[in-house]
Amino acid sequence: MTELLEIESLGVAAGTHRILRNVSLRVAPGEILALTGESGSGKSMTALAVMGLLPQGLAARGAIRLDGRDLLGLAEPQLCDIRGREVAMIFQEPMTALNPVQTIGAQVMETIRVHGAAPRAGAEARAREVLERVGLPPDRVPLTRYPHELSGGQRQRVVIAMAIALRPRLLVADEPTTALDVTTQAQILELLRGLVRDEGMGLLMITHDLAVVAGMADRIAVMQEGEVVEQGPTADLFAQMRHPYPRRLFEASRHRAALPPPAPDGRLLRVEEVRRDYPLPRRALFAPRAAHRALDDVSFDIARGERLGLVGESGCGKSTLARAILGLEPVQGGTITLDGRPVLDHGRPDPEVRRRVQVVFQDPYGSFNPRHRVGRLVAEPFHLLPDPPRGAAREAAVADALTAVGLRPEHAESHIHAFSGGQRQRIAIARALIIRPELVIFDEAVSALDVSVRARILDLIAELSRQYGLTYLFISHDLGVVRSITDRVLVMRSGEIVERGATEEVFDNPGHWYTKSLVAAAPVLPPLEGGGKTDAGHDIP
Amino acid sequence: MGFYALKRLISLAVSLLVASLVIFLVVEVAPGDPASYMLGINADPGTVANLRAELGLDVSRAERYLDWVGGMLTGDFGTSYTYRTPVAGMVAERLRVSLPLALYALGLAVLLAFPAGIYAAARRGRAGDMGVMAATQLGVAIPNFWFAMLLVLFFSLTLGWFGAGGFPGWDDPLQAIKALTLPAVALALPQAAILARVMRSSLIDILGEDFIRTARAKGLSRRQALWRHGLRNALIPVLTIIGLQFSFLLAGAIIIEQVFFLPGLGRLIFQAITQRDLIVVESVVMLLVFAVITVNFLTDLAYAAVDPRLRVRR
Repeated sequence: MTELLEIESLGVAAGTHRILRNVSLRVAPGEILALTGESGSGKSMTALAVMGLLPQGLAARGAIRLDGRDLLGLAEPQLCDIRGREVAMIFQEPMTALNPVQTIGAQVMETIRVHGAAPRAGAEARAREVLERVGLPPDRVPLTRYPHELSGGQRQRVVIAMAIALRPRLLVADEPTTALDVTTQAQILELLRGLVRDEGMGLLMITHDLAVVAGMADRIAVMQEGEVVEQGPTADLFAQMRHPYPRRLFEASRHRAALPPPAPDGRLLRVEEVRRDYPLPRRALFAPRAAHRALDDVSFDIARGERLGLVGESGCGKSTLARAILGLEPVQGGTITLDGRPVLDHGRPDPEVRRRVQVVFQDPYGSFNPRHRVGRLVAEPFHLLPDPPRGAAREAAVADALTAVGLRPEHAESHIHAFSGGQRQRIAIARALIIRPELVIFDEAVSALDVSVRARILDLIAELSRQYGLTYLFISHDLGVVRSITDRVLVMRSGEIVERGATEEVFDNPGHWYTKSLVAAAPVLPPLEGGGKTDAGHDIP
Repeated sequence: MGFYALKRLISLAVSLLVASLVIFLVVEVAPGDPASYMLGINADPGTVANLRAELGLDVSRAERYLDWVGGMLTGDFGTSYTYRTPVAGMVAERLRVSLPLALYALGLAVLLAFPAGIYAAARRGRAGDMGVMAATQLGVAIPNFWFAMLLVLFFSLTLGWFGAGGFPGWDDPLQAIKALTLPAVALALPQAAILARVMRSSLIDILGEDFIRTARAKGLSRRQALWRHGLRNALIPVLTIIGLQFSFLLAGAIIIEQVFFLPGLGRLIFQAITQRDLIVVESVVMLLVFAVITVNFLTDLAYAAVDPRLRVRR
C-alpha cells in the first residue's frame, strides 16, 4: 500500500530534554491509526509536529513525509498552504477551539477562502454542504449562529466541518471526543469513521482511551515517554501485547477495584423531593423570569456503609446535587437530612452536619491553595471541629491521614506543586478523611487521571472502605468506573433520576431507554487474548 | 441587541438619578448653608440673607432638588454667583475647547497605541517588543506637564511651528486645531503608553487561545490569525481603558490647560472651587458625571458590538 503519511525517526527536543525520540509511524489512505498512551507520552506533540505547529523554540528532526514530500524541509508559507488543504486537525476542546466572536459559517468558509479555493458564493455553498455532512443542516443550524449558541457536540461538528471543507487527504484528531458525553462521543466517532470510509482520508487519531481505540482503529501505536513502544494492527496488538507497557495500560483500563462486601446499616443520608431552580435571564423587559430546573423532585437514601453511584451526562444536575448535599446551594423544595438533621439550617450550612460530610473534586490541580504546605492543606477541615487538635496531636493526625492514602508523613512539609496528579488526588482524599466524615462525596474524582493512576486511586478507595467502612456517593460520567466501585447506582437525566438499582443489575439489564442508550454508547474494551475490533454497544467489561 | 441596549439605557438613567441625589446632598450637608459657605466667615448677615433668597434656599430641600434637576433637564444650569452669567453658557463655551481636545488626544493615543501594541504582541519577547515596552514605560513615567513644556520649547520656541499657548476660537478651524495640537500630543502620550501596554497583554493572552491554534491549523499564517481572530477578541479590555481615558481627558486636562492657557473645563472647575462658586461646581460636576456615565454606556454598546455573547447576557 502506498503510504499517505510517513513519519521516520522523528525527534523533538527542548534544550537537552528530549520530548520525542525516534518516532516512526505511517498512515495509508483510508486507514485509521490510533496513537495512544498516557499524558505526557508525546502523543499531542507528534500531532503538532505533523501540522508543523510545534510550540516556539522546539525543532523537529527526522522526516515527516506526506505523499513522499518531507514537511520538515518546507518553509512556513508552503506549510500554510498545506495546512487546512491537505492536512487538517481536530482538537480536544470544542468549547474553546472556535473563535467566539465569529459565526460558524464565517469560520467554516474561512478554510475555503484562505486557500483561495472558491469565491465567496462558492465558499458559502461548500460550507453549507460540509455542515450538512457533519450533521448540522443549515436549515436547522443556520450559518449565522455563534459558537456559544451551540452545544459541545455541535461545536465539535463545526470544527470537523472546518477541517474537512477542502477534503484534506490526512486528518489529525487530538482527543476529539474526550471532552464530550458518551452518547455524543459515539456519534462523533461514527462521523469520523464515515468520513474516512467515504472520502478515503487517512486519520491519525490521538486518544488515551483504549476502548475508543479498540472500536475505531485499523492499527494502533502505543507511546510511552516520547517513544513508540509497540505498534501493529488492532487485532494483533490486542491479541499479543508483546511489550509490558501496553499490557499494563490495558489492564489498568479494565481494572476493577476489589470492594469489600457492603454492610448497610441504617439510613445515613435522606434526600427527599429536592428541587433546584436557576433563574434564567429575562427574555423581554417585563417578561416573567423563567427558571431552569436543575434538580426535579430528586429522592433517594444512602445507608451507612453503602457505596452509591450517580451517573449521567454533563449538565444533568450531578454536581448541583453534590453541592446541595454539602449545603453549598439552597434548594427551592424538598429536604436533605443527615441522620435526621437538615444540611441547611435557615439557609446556612449546619456546621454539625458539615463536619460529617466531606468532598473530593475532579481537578487535582485547581482544588488546592498553591501557597500552603501539604500539612496545612490536609489539616484544613479541622476548622469544622469545635475543639480541633493542636501541636503534636495535629501533626500525628496529618501523618496518619497521609499514610492512609499511601503517602509519607514527611510529605506534609512539601508544597502541592511538587506532586503529580495522582498524588494530589491522594492528598485530596487525605484531606477529606482527616476528620473521619461519615459521608464522602467523590465528584468526578478520578476523571482527570490517567488509567494507571486511576486504577491505583480506585484501589485506594476500596482499601479505605475496607479499613474505615466508608459511606460514599461516587459521581461520574464513566460507567465503567462507577460499576467497579459502587453497590447501587442512580441514573440521572435533566435533573431527574430515571433509573436506580443494584449497579450490576442496572448496567446489565437497563430498564429505562436513557440508561440503555448510555450503556450502548459506552465504548468497550475487547477481551485481552484474541479478538480485535469490536463493535461498541454490548457490555461494560 | 435592542433589549441589551434598553437595559443599559435604564441602568444609565438610574445611575444619573443616584448621582444627582448624591451631588445635591453633598452640597447640602456641607457645613453651614451654601450661602454662608460661598460668602465666607466674615460676610455681612444681610448679604447672606440676600444670597439665600437668590439661591432659593428658603424653600424645602425636596423642592430645591426638583428645581435643580428640572432646570438641568431644560438646559437651565443656574447663574454663576461670581460671574453673574448663566452656567450653561459658560460650560458650553468651555466644552468647545475641552471636548475637541479630549477627542483629539484620544484619537492620537489610539493611533499610536494600536500599532505599537499589536507590533509588540506579534514580536513577543524579541527586540521589537522590548523596544516598545521600554518606550511605553517611559511614556507612563514622564509627567505630562513636563513633556508639554518640552514640546513648547522645541516646537514653539525653537522651530516656531505652533503657538506656545492660548486659543483663538473656532472662527478659523485650522488655527483652532493647530492651537490644540501640542496640548493634545502632551495629553495623548501617557494615555497611548497605557493603552499600548493593555493592547499588548490582551493580544498576547488571546494569541495563546485554542481558537488561534485552530486558525493556524486551517492554514492561516501567524499574521492572518492575529488580524482575523486575535484583534477583535483582544478589544474588550482595550475598550474599557479607552472609555476611562476619555472621561479623564475631558475634565482631567487641567494642568495641560494651565500650561497652554486654554479656556477648558478643567480650569473652569478649578476657578469655581477657589471662588467657592457652588452653583458652577454643582452643575459642572453633574455634567461630568453625565459624560462619564454616557461614555460607559457607549462602551457597553461597543462591547456588545464586538462580542456576540454579551448580547444575550444580563
